[in-house]
Amino acid sequence: MKENKATLFVDPWAATLLGTGAGGMSNRLDLCDFRIASTAHIVVDGEICRECSTQACVWACPAQLFVVRHDGAVVFNYEQCFECGTCYVVCNHEGAISWSYPAGGMGVVFHHG
Amino acid sequence: MKDNYDVVVVGAGPAGSAAAIAASSAGAKVLLVERGPFPGSKNVYGGVIYPGILERYIPDWQNEVPVERWITRRSTMLLSGDRSVTIDYDDPTWRTGRKNGATAYRADFDRWLASKAQKAGADLVCSTLVKGVTRDAKGRVTGVVTDRDGAEISGVVVAADGVNSLLAKEVGLYPNFKAEDLTLGAKEVYRLSKSRIDSIFSVQSDCGVDIEILGATGAISGGGFLYTNSDTISIGVVLSLADLRNAKLRPEKIIADLRSHPSIEPFFAQSELVEYSAHLIPEAGYRSWPKLSIDGMVVAGDAASTCLATGIWLEGVNMAIGSGFVAGEFAASASKSDRPVNFKSYDRLLKASFVGKNHVRFKNAPHLVMSDSVQRGYPKLATEFLAGLLTVGDPVPKAGLGELLRKARKSSGIGRWQLFQDLIAGWRTFR
Ligand SMILES: Cc1cc2nc3c(=O)[nH]c(=O)nc-3n(C[C@H](O)[C@H](O)[C@H](O)COP(=O)(O)OP(=O)(O)OC[C@H]3O[C@@H](n4cnc5c(N)ncnc54)[C@H](O)[C@@H]3O)c2cc1C
Ligand code: SF4
Ligand code: SF4
Repeated sequence: MKENKATLFVDPWAATLLGTGAGGMSNRLDLCDFRIASTAHIVVDGEICRECSTQACVWACPAQLFVVRHDGAVVFNYEQCFECGTCYVVCNHEGAISWSYPAGGMGVVFHHG
Repeated sequence: MKDNYDVVVVGAGPAGSAAAIAASSAGAKVLLVERGPFPGSKNVYGGVIYPGILERYIPDWQNEVPVERWITRRSTMLLSGDRSVTIDYDDPTWRTGRKNGATAYRADFDRWLASKAQKAGADLVCSTLVKGVTRDAKGRVTGVVTDRDGAEISGVVVAADGVNSLLAKEVGLYPNFKAEDLTLGAKEVYRLSKSRIDSIFSVQSDCGVDIEILGATGAISGGGFLYTNSDTISIGVVLSLADLRNAKLRPEKIIADLRSHPSIEPFFAQSELVEYSAHLIPEAGYRSWPKLSIDGMVVAGDAASTCLATGIWLEGVNMAIGSGFVAGEFAASASKSDRPVNFKSYDRLLKASFVGKNHVRFKNAPHLVMSDSVQRGYPKLATEFLAGLLTVGDPVPKAGLGELLRKARKSSGIGRWQLFQDLIAGWRTFR
């Protein structure tokens, strides 16, 4: 299902932070196999994030899917998610993240897990 | 749509497939539901399995398990700055005699174990997410709801849905799921030729090496690992989520730092990254066990926090399989019973099994292993001591062992009294 790759979020600030250059996160995520569902399994309330002092998810999400924009807003894309749960566990704001799994058969597929 | 089974197992990881094998072998009609397109597709571990527990249901496991390499050498490496100390145990009988541990990919191992459940008579459906449980008027769990057109399946439920167990949380068994009890495991797999791996790690044919690494994660408590597969090596870190929350460090950066340690970097020459992955681990042991059952449902594996993480051992898969067997046997007998079943007796059965006994015995180990002195103090003490012992400082005469130890203690910030206390605590924890 390699042809089903996510197109990266192309916000310029996000792209810098995501490290689109060689060795950056997007390159390593390209090695994974993602079957992308049409609806997001994780929804982030950017309004709550704006007030967040830790923004722990930005550091801890192993796929680096949370990115702080120049204006302080947190942008999130669900497509290349490992479905690990780190984000909702480290988040200290009730209601900022509604977290679930993608529909059956969708989402990440690991071959060397 | 409705369907009836005796037992519905949620999750075809090691715990779920083991439960399905045990329940089917006991004569129950079993459905095993997995959300991934195939068993193992969602799962990540280090990965060394200790499959001996399979013997009861799969007598020929030594020839059947899809292994990459059988572990014949186990090392513990302490890192401090650019230095390292390694303790190495070599045991060829782990290959020639009864087998012990092996590396395997979860995509292979979990798929194989699920096929064993099918052979035992269970039905396996993949690409199907269990969305929740169904309950009767008295609140008893009666089955599950899936995302296949909302199909409902009735049966005694075994929740083997892993660390984020949505089922255990839904019915209120896991009210206290928190960062302090969890670690994030992040892993990279690099391709190297088989012959290069053989020569770098001085192993042959299908023998391999398991290296556990302490002092690899800087300010964040945790550990590192490096395992040899057939033609790849896996390197990764396990990070306290409570620490990671505040550390402002990224997981893949911590792996990169570990990989560039002078004692480790040479392994990776001419290698190529093939996969990067991550997953949570319930590492806090017995003290973080949730409630294990509610009428109509039992919990097994990581969903019940059965992963045993004590520094020396990171044994999640065998514990998951062991708890899955107990859960499957219990669920089969509960489904057959004409009289009301007391599901609480599952809690007693699991605690009386080797899984429960290991957890009770080592209940203080996770805390000790994550402590500052074990994480940073002792790796430093060991390297400083050996640097003093092994560096020839002529014409200055050699120091005695007592003086070297005192100096090493001083530079690692471990007082005499603390050393004494830690030794006692270590003994009490692991005796
Ligand atoms: C980085 C890392 C290193 C590790 N190293 C080791 C090691 O070297 N050795 C070792 O023994 N253990 C290790 N562990 C621990 C080990 O991986 C786990 O303890 C073990 O996988 C637990 O098995 P399980 O069956 O309980 O859960 P899982 O393996 O997580 O399986 C749960 C299954 O349920 C499925 N599922 C979840 N929710 C649903 C749903 N709602 N509907 C349908 N299906 C669902 C999932 O897709 C998955 O297949 C490690 C873990 C990590 C993260
Ligand atoms: S998701 Fe949570 S931790 Fe992340 S920025 Fe928003 S509120 Fe903060
Ligand atoms: S589940 Fe894991 S990979 Fe996905 S967004 Fe959350 S932290 Fe990132």
